[in-house]
Amino acid sequence: MSTPAVDLSELEHDALTELVNIGVSRAAASLRNMVGEQVTLSVPSVEVVSRKAAAILIHEREAGELVAVRQDFEGAFSGRALLIFPQSNSLALVKAVTGDELAAVEVEAMESEALSETGNVVLNGCLATMANMLRRPLTMSLQQVLRGDGALFFELAERTDDNGVVLFLYINFSISGRDIRGYIAMLMDLPSLEALKVLIGEFIERVMGVDDLGALA
Amino acid sequence: MTHTVLIVDDSKLARIVVGKALVALQPEWKRLEAGNADDALALMTVEAVDVAIVDFNMPGRNGLELAEDIRKQFPTMLIALATANVQDEIIAQARALNATFVPKPITEEGLKGFLSGAALKLRQRG
Repeated sequence: MSTPAVDLSELEHDALTELVNIGVSRAAASLRNMVGEQVTLSVPSVEVVSRKAAAILIHEREAGELVAVRQDFEGAFSGRALLIFPQSNSLALVKAVTGDELAAVEVEAMESEALSETGNVVLNGCLATMANMLRRPLTMSLQQVLRGDGALFFELAERTDDNGVVLFLYINFSISGRDIRGYIAMLMDLPSLEALKVLIGEFIERVMGVDDLGALA
Repeated sequence: MTHTVLIVDDSKLARIVVGKALVALQPEWKRLEAGNADDALALMTVEAVDVAIVDFNMPGRNGLELAEDIRKQFPTMLIALATANVQDEIIAQARALNATFVPKPITEEGLKGFLSGAALKLRQRG
C-alpha cells in the first residue's frame, strides 16, 4: 500500500472516529423511529487508504448485488456518503419503513422512493451532526438510488490506476427482528482530508482547551 | 469524603472531555480511566469505584453489557451510560440496569444532573 501524503495523528484519528460515532448514533436513532425496531451499529472504522485499497475493501465486504442511497456533500470539506444494503434486503427494508401495511405489489412500486427517503434521513442526520460539531455548514445534494457493486457507487472502478489516497469510513448496521443489514460509508479525497484535519484540530482545541494540548504533547 | 469515578470510553478524546467536566463539577473526586469493558472490570477489582461513566459503542463488549457485568458484582455502583444513540430500546435497557442516560457529546451541563444525584446518594450512604 502507498504511504498516505496526509495522515492523521492518533488524537485526530480518535476525534474523527468519535465524531462519526456520534453522527451515526443519532442517525441510527432516526432510523429506529422509521422502522420501529432497534438498530445495532458497529464501532466505526476510519482509514486513510489508497483508492485501490478502498475499492478492494468495498468489494471484499459485499460480493453480491447491492443497492445504495448516495448523497454528495460540499463545504469546507466535501465527499460522498452512502447507505448500502444487499439488494436482497431492500424489499424487507421498504416493508419495515412502510409499517408492513402495503401489499407486495405496492412495496415493489414504493421501493426506490422508500429507500431514497430512508437514505436521506440517515445520511443527512449523520452529516448534519458532524457539520455542527465541526462548526462548518455542509451542503447536501439530493439523494440518488444506485444499483450495482461497491466500486461503482464510489466511482472507483475507472480510477484504480490512481495512487491518490482517500479517507474511507464505514459502519455496519443491522435491524433487530428483521433480516436487514447494511452499512454506512463515507469517502473523501485528499484536499478534503487536509481541510478536515484542520477542522478536527480546531474541534480538539475547543473540547480540550489549548493548555491540555500542550500538556499532552 | 473523596469518591472515585471511573471513565470508560474507547476514545481518549472522549475520556479527556469527561475528565474536564468532572474537574469542573466534582474537583475532589478521584478520576480513573479505562479504554474497554475488560480493563474497566479489572480496575474495579483493585480500586474501590463509586461511580462509573460508561460509553455505549465500544469495541468488544458495549456499555450496556459492561453495565450488566458491573451490576452483578457491584449492585450499588452508580452508573451513567453515555451515548448519542437515543433509541428507545437502549434507554430502556439502561433504565432496567438502573443506569442513567447521559447524552453524547458529553458536556458539563449534560453530566451535571447525574453527578449531583450521585453525590447526594453517596452522601446518604455515608
